[in-house]
Amino acid sequence: MIKKGAWVQIKKIILAPEERAENIPADSKNVPLIMWVKGFLLEDAALGDEVAIETITGRLEKGTLVSANPAYKHDYGDFVPELLEINKKAKGIVFENER
Amino acid sequence: MRDNSYRAVMSRRNEIMLKSVGIDYRKYENGAIGFDYEALMRDAGYSLDEVIAIQRASGVGGTPLKELKNFTRLVRASSPPGYGARIFIKDEALNDSGSFKARRASLSVYHAKKMGYAGVVTATSGNYGAAVASQAAKHGLKAIVVQECYDSRGVGQPEIIEKARACEAYGAEVVQLSVGPELFYKFLLLLEETGYFNASLYTPYSILGIETLGYEIVEDALRLTGRLPDMIICTNAGGGNLTGTARGVMRATKEKIEIVGASVNLAGLHMASDHDFNRKSFTTGHTGFGVPFMTNPDRSDVPRSAARPLRYIDRYVTVRQGEVFYITEALVALEGIERGPAGNTSLAAAFSLARSLPEDKIIVVQETEYTGAGKHHQAQLSFARSQGIDVRFGDPRTEVPGRDIVLPEEPWMIEAFDLDLDYMRRRRIENQVKGLRRITDEDLEFLTAETNADEDFVRDILEEMKVRIGGKVS
Repeated sequence: MIKKGAWVQIKKIILAPEERAENIPADSKNVPLIMWVKGFLLEDAALGDEVAIETITGRLEKGTLVSANPAYKHDYGDFVPELLEINKKAKGIVFENER
Repeated sequence: MRDNSYRAVMSRRNEIMLKSVGIDYRKYENGAIGFDYEALMRDAGYSLDEVIAIQRASGVGGTPLKELKNFTRLVRASSPPGYGARIFIKDEALNDSGSFKARRASLSVYHAKKMGYAGVVTATSGNYGAAVASQAAKHGLKAIVVQECYDSRGVGQPEIIEKARACEAYGAEVVQLSVGPELFYKFLLLLEETGYFNASLYTPYSILGIETLGYEIVEDALRLTGRLPDMIICTNAGGGNLTGTARGVMRATKEKIEIVGASVNLAGLHMASDHDFNRKSFTTGHTGFGVPFMTNPDRSDVPRSAARPLRYIDRYVTVRQGEVFYITEALVALEGIERGPAGNTSLAAAFSLARSLPEDKIIVVQETEYTGAGKHHQAQLSFARSQGIDVRFGDPRTEVPGRDIVLPEEPWMIEAFDLDLDYMRRRRIENQVKGLRRITDEDLEFLTAETNADEDFVRDILEEMKVRIGGKVS
């Protein structure tokens, strides 16, 4: 159970496929337009429940509860060794006569 | 109760815009298609000195212009004898919030506060969101940033996730959407619901805010080198960066400086495609925005865009994703500064263009942006690999956007590719007069200014299209 007042993220369908704009590619038109937004939970609830939240600007939004204390997990990814090669080559060309 | 269906909201767009921008664009319209661009800019009511003062008071502007001496040596290593222009970079990453977008946001948010709005809303997946959020924090205004962030599988573009984090760090509400142009629908709903200011990238305030950048470049160059730059390269997407910079340069000097736009080549990828969304490694500064906005600037989120790049651009080049990643790493290696890849698009173009200019010429690359988790070139290349993109060394000319990213085997393989500006001028005219049989003399003047072309060039195209000039508009 996630307590009232917790910082959460909800998800909501804004436009069903049949409501989407005419002039967009089929792969987009075949799926709904989805919104994610964060805010303070207005009543105790469990993940997957339909809930209401108050966003940081004080707006009310409703949707499916998808996470509590949503975290930032983006990073620098897997190491890309090619960058090391570029780095070495650029330095080699510019500074080779100085060594 | 108000009808909030897609169709109903879109049909209220002009009314919503009028309230949220506070500009009645109708009063600038003339002829059948024209409008008085300079009057729109003038009526915004801020002098250059006022804009500079507002920006200095809010952590924006006065960024250093740096000569990239080692980077220039790399250029010269593969240039013909006597060639390889000096390259300078305006280190815009040092603005509060980490990009030149702070210039655009500073005046918009200042104006919103002055007009008594309680908050600002902006539709952007880029650095502009963080810029608006940062400036709103300073002015005690609320901010909502609407982003296109995830594909329908819920996979987020790491760069956009980082920007969401930055916006939230500055206290903004971030509304994240899956892929599609109907983002504009949610944006309109938010403007209507909150009554906040539309801090669009395309208002006169946003463009006036960039004029200081062009102005500073001229001043900085004169101070550092005793002369004017020969070429200024602007990373180009919606056209505001190039427009504002060129206008600022023209305020600083009467001499002609070549203004070059540079975009990452994303040919073949559809910007509204759910599938293509995570197959590109650049979320801005690319041809998917640059080309359509060049030929139809008013496709933006205000009735008349103040970003009109075709009026100012002298040359438009593209570079490839792999080339920009290469240059981003070369900048770290040779100059000891880590900057975000999208902002280095113009630096990649400079690398190529400098090789065809003599050593005493000066090229200014007019922006950099911050980098970090998600945005870093390492993060983007790794993400591309995870999406099935083949990242490898090779001949960059073989790169197909969405299929592979080709890192040049040798730096001299980096080559800016010229786009045909006359073709874009023609498309610009066609887009504007489509369906009309007659336009006014004022309209002809407007099209000539819009395309920065000879009047005869415009007349010839109109004649081909069987559009008459003068008399009563049909």
